[in-house]
Amino acid sequence: MPRTLFEKIWDAHTIVDRDDGQTLLAVDWHFCHEGSFHGFNALTEAKLPVRRPERTLGMADHYVPTTSRDLNAIDNPEIRSVVDQFYANTERFGVRMLGIEDKDHGIVHVVGPEQGISQPGLIIVCGDSHTSTHGAMGAMAFGIGASEVAHVFATQTLWQARPKAMRVTVAGALQAGVAAKDVILAIIRQIGAGGALGHAIEYDGSVIRGLSMEGRMTVCNMSIEAGARAGMIAPDKTTFDYLKGRPGAPDPADWPAAEAFWRGLQSDPDATFDTTVRLDGGLLEPMATWGTSPEEGAAVSGRAPDPREIDDADRRAQFQGSLDYMGLNGGVAIADIPIDRAFIGSCTNGRIEDLRAAAAIAKGRQAKVPAIVAPGSMPVKRQAEAEGLDRIFNDAGFEWRESGCSMCVGINGDLAAPGEHVASTSNRNFKGRQGQGARTHLMSPASAAAAALQGRIGDVRDFAPRAL
Amino acid sequence: MRKFTTFTGVAAPMPAQNIDTDKVIPARFLKTIERKGLGKHLFNDMRYNTDGTEKEGFILNQPAYRNAEVLVVGDNFGCGSSREHAPWALSDFGVKCLIGTDFADIFFNNSSKNGMLLIKLPKPIVDALMEDAKLGANARLTIDLEAQEITRPNGEVVKFEVDPFKRHSLLNGLDDIGLTFKNKEDITSYESKDGSSRPWMPSLAAE
Ligand code: SF4
Repeated sequence: MPRTLFEKIWDAHTIVDRDDGQTLLAVDWHFCHEGSFHGFNALTEAKLPVRRPERTLGMADHYVPTTSRDLNAIDNPEIRSVVDQFYANTERFGVRMLGIEDKDHGIVHVVGPEQGISQPGLIIVCGDSHTSTHGAMGAMAFGIGASEVAHVFATQTLWQARPKAMRVTVAGALQAGVAAKDVILAIIRQIGAGGALGHAIEYDGSVIRGLSMEGRMTVCNMSIEAGARAGMIAPDKTTFDYLKGRPGAPDPADWPAAEAFWRGLQSDPDATFDTTVRLDGGLLEPMATWGTSPEEGAAVSGRAPDPREIDDADRRAQFQGSLDYMGLNGGVAIADIPIDRAFIGSCTNGRIEDLRAAAAIAKGRQAKVPAIVAPGSMPVKRQAEAEGLDRIFNDAGFEWRESGCSMCVGINGDLAAPGEHVASTSNRNFKGRQGQGARTHLMSPASAAAAALQGRIGDVRDFAPRAL
Repeated sequence: MRKFTTFTGVAAPMPAQNIDTDKVIPARFLKTIERKGLGKHLFNDMRYNTDGTEKEGFILNQPAYRNAEVLVVGDNFGCGSSREHAPWALSDFGVKCLIGTDFADIFFNNSSKNGMLLIKLPKPIVDALMEDAKLGANARLTIDLEAQEITRPNGEVVKFEVDPFKRHSLLNGLDDIGLTFKNKEDITSYESKDGSSRPWMPSLAAE
């Protein structure tokens, strides 16, 4: 029977199929971060070891400072205790952990692919919803909760119900100034924040094929913002070229066998999907969100909706609530929305290509508002510095930080003030996500840089990207 | 895990769509390594003003709903972050059951692992229960998982479907890890076959 990519990966990892539709899946890699204390505590209580420490990797990314690489820079004792416990737990259970002092430190969803650990055909889980990022490598990757983290620690397996299959095809070619982030924001606007509930998405089409690995990761990263269980892209030459030579990639002796196997990881031509969605990539424009759900986005040349013109009462109330929180009038032109602060980074857009795109806009220009750039990992930071991007940002008035989640979630204290509008390359514009009362506008790295230069969202296409 | 037993409790209506886990429990309350005590921060920013006083309009601040044990919710409740603090906070507040058309996947799994029952029903039935939940002190529903029945304030009974395994685990308070160890041989035999078919993967230590 013809099968989709996700079905092939699923079947290959099935240990037990239970009558009630739950499958016991083998987990190839388990990534964990500071939020895993409940998982470790559960092991301690049950007197169990981590079953496969050699397939578990820890990353201190969510709670650590981006102003310093010294844990003593954490002045909040609660945060410090969470980080300290993570260091102690990973050591006690024999799990390799990249702390902030490590040269390969970074956000878990940047580090996995960067180290060549996230590979096609794998099942990868992590106690973080943006684990879908690793699907860009052609893996089945998804976020899990704390009880499931404990379960994977103890058994290296997980019980899951088989998701439905969705194919999202983005055809045509992108216009200049339109980035991967705009593609995924347009997809989420079209299908809605719950549009892919219960589905694993496979992205395909000429636009997706034409994206770099960084761009593909941006797209897969935000699958969860459409409610999807996972998002993935079948591996191709772009994937193999990206992987080759990375520390965790197969040895040269094993490479041919690995690549031959990976080439088979495609949906069969007549495989059926439960849901299919199509977008014309040529019609897409730079996007920004105006509301408090990732589905509440619009092209920068467009306007926020006017609730008075919306018939459906629930939707009208939802939009009005979002606009009220954002301090915006219905029908406001997106480009005119003021910006008080910019954040470039996160697991969505903290990779080298993202920083290059932002630097090409910032170069030789001046930010009007405070802006920070937090590279997604230390290797990204070193690469950017080798290319002189740090100087470009500093000269343009953007603050150059260390790697970590930073203002994406603000657990570490990097927060916006109440009422401030933030041009952000992260993935969630939820109420309060970047600080109580903070107003997040999601957009691409180039758009966020352009917004910082103007103090309003504007249109990135008004700035010619400069050669770096 | 706590056993799920039949109960009659007040149901509160929360019809908004896409209530995300950042709303259920904002990130700044994730610094605690305790699961207990999160209930006071449940829906924190919807429930309290910045000075810590209660927002009058918020449903769980209204006298009839302060001890709500059931929430009837809008579509895609629990979307966003995978934080299990969301079900912990709900459960610590006293919520035992959520009813909606659809829930975010990770939240759905996390909830059942904490003894909470999430019931999915078709839109017209959820709408009817939402109306029931607006009856204030009379918004009482009986949730019987054994019989898979909800009894409405007017005495009418609504049947619901639930995954038989989840039902069994909830009714008996069973813990997943213990159950999975019954399949230990299957896991070991899978691992040994897998090692030979993908020699490029980092090898697994012998047990
Ligand atoms: S960057 Fe943001 S979304 Fe990504 S892992 Fe960190 S907190 Fe989560």
